[in-house]
Amino acid sequence: METLYVVCVGIMTFCGVFLCLRGRTFSVVVGLTMLSYAVNLFLFSSGRLNLNGAAILGMSDSYADPLPQALVLTAIVIGFAMIAFVVILSIRARADLGNDLVDGRDPPDTNKLIKPNRGKV
Amino acid sequence: MIDHLPILPILIPMLGGLMMLLPPFIGVENYQYRRVASILLILLQVACSIWLILTIIQSGALVYAVGDWQPPFGIILYADQLSAMLIALTSVLGLGITLYSFAGTDREGKYFHPLVQFQLLGIYGAFLTNDLFNLFVFFEVLLIASYTLLIHGGGKQKTAANVHYVILNLIGSSLFLIALGTLYGTTGTLNITDMSLRITNLSESQAIVAQAGGSLLLVVFGLKAAMLPLHFWLPRTYAATSAPVAALFAIMTKVGVYCIFRVYTVIFGEQAGELANMVQPWVWPLAIASIVLGSIGALASPNLRTLAGNLVIISVGTLLISFALRTPEATAAGMLYLVHSTLITGALFLIADMIGQQRGKAFDRFVVARKIKQQSLLGILFFVAALTVAGLPPFSGFLGKLVILQAATDSLEKIWIWSIVLISSLITIIALSRAGTTLFWRNTPNRDTVDSLGFSKWQLCGAGLLLLASPTIVIFGASIIQYTNEAAAQLHNVQSVIEIMGLQEKTQ
Repeated sequence: METLYVVCVGIMTFCGVFLCLRGRTFSVVVGLTMLSYAVNLFLFSSGRLNLNGAAILGMSDSYADPLPQALVLTAIVIGFAMIAFVVILSIRARADLGNDLVDGRDPPDTNKLIKPNRGKV
Repeated sequence: MIDHLPILPILIPMLGGLMMLLPPFIGVENYQYRRVASILLILLQVACSIWLILTIIQSGALVYAVGDWQPPFGIILYADQLSAMLIALTSVLGLGITLYSFAGTDREGKYFHPLVQFQLLGIYGAFLTNDLFNLFVFFEVLLIASYTLLIHGGGKQKTAANVHYVILNLIGSSLFLIALGTLYGTTGTLNITDMSLRITNLSESQAIVAQAGGSLLLVVFGLKAAMLPLHFWLPRTYAATSAPVAALFAIMTKVGVYCIFRVYTVIFGEQAGELANMVQPWVWPLAIASIVLGSIGALASPNLRTLAGNLVIISVGTLLISFALRTPEATAAGMLYLVHSTLITGALFLIADMIGQQRGKAFDRFVVARKIKQQSLLGILFFVAALTVAGLPPFSGFLGKLVILQAATDSLEKIWIWSIVLISSLITIIALSRAGTTLFWRNTPNRDTVDSLGFSKWQLCGAGLLLLASPTIVIFGASIIQYTNEAAAQLHNVQSVIEIMGLQEKTQ
């Protein structure tokens, strides 16, 4: 179970980081969402993974740590609000700046930088 | 009432901010009500922070268990001299920018005053809390308020800068949570003081994981503080936003610096066994590089606000140097410098705005433009601010830099710190004198200045209040230095915190 869990969190983090490095706001927002999911899963596992463990005393023989569950709940709520904000901000940026690039403008054309047309006869 | 004193700085802006979202304060036309309410709230906070300082000087550090859940399980607020001082600093800065915003910035949108209150709430909370997860929550509170304040008033530049700022800080929040999960997984606690006890008992394999978590925390705090490789967002963001917001943001980088001081002194301090002072070899070169890069940025700045942004980076580097020395004396010196630099960079952003609005389209760019209308008064303000930032006597910058220079004891440390701090001061003088000559003396001839607006008395009030802090720090220098010395001794004496919270006997 641990291996599967770790692989899932790892792949999700990888996808999140990859998408965050893209140049357009849509993929960055999706990347941030995936990153926050991966973080929530990671935080949940910080209290160790155990099956059939109760989080309340006196309910069973083995116990799960209740604190990470509370932490994840808080992190999910905060993450949700932040993602909602960044979605609205991206739409606003699309309207204000006229494109959906994170930098707000097209990247400089490398071909022109290498071979400037100036000075050509 | 006195028992609940430590939570008052959090409650006042929270309830006040919420109150301003309700009638009769809501609505575009009711801005006068909001102004009165916000000035009363901020004065209440100033009074409350002074009360907090006096109480702590009299009866020692205060511990407040929220909901009466005892440490190490509940969320603990811990107010010592350091956090009380920073709360007082924040409230004074808040007073200055609130006064300044009355000139018209607050009417560009409906929610300026509530947002400022929420921003202050997050900052006070980050200074007060003694719980790492609670710190994360307060970081998010101050961040979401800052996202909206940054874009307040709208415009292309603000939106573009805000996209970068929000995305970077969201990634920073994710890293913060990963670091928290790692530290909780290894130590089994989130209370900062309790963690400092448990970090010594870790096995070798656990210690490596805890080290990874601790180092990741440095990245998060470094991003907030604009430490070197993570500083690129700062000059653009601060230059794009409106003046009172930029001035308020002067304290935001200091929140990151404060967290570095708190976490790496209490948890990973000298008593942490294998992990003792683990980030010091990283912070040391990064601090020096921050100063170097900030100085280069200051020389290359095209306008006064970007210049002020780069001066923020220099001040963060100087503060990190005082952290890297790892002695109580150096911490005390850093705290004095922190108070001075926060207020004076805040004032500089406000002055840049006041100068800019009298120069027409050129605003605060260093180009030949029309003559400033109120040249003599603005000139005096700018001159005082520039002397203070550069660290020339008789102003507080001189005192701040002097104590940091004195804190270096080792000869190698001396060589590095003296040369870096003094050269950066020289570069600051050059950059600011270049700025001043262009802004005040290079005017287009025969241009009428009648149509440009003079500044309002509110603007003069706000900027003047922040600027007055500089001579005040010098006049009361001896008592302030004594206070910061006590605060630093209290911060470095981790054992006393453990005793105050009564954690020692529980773990044994």
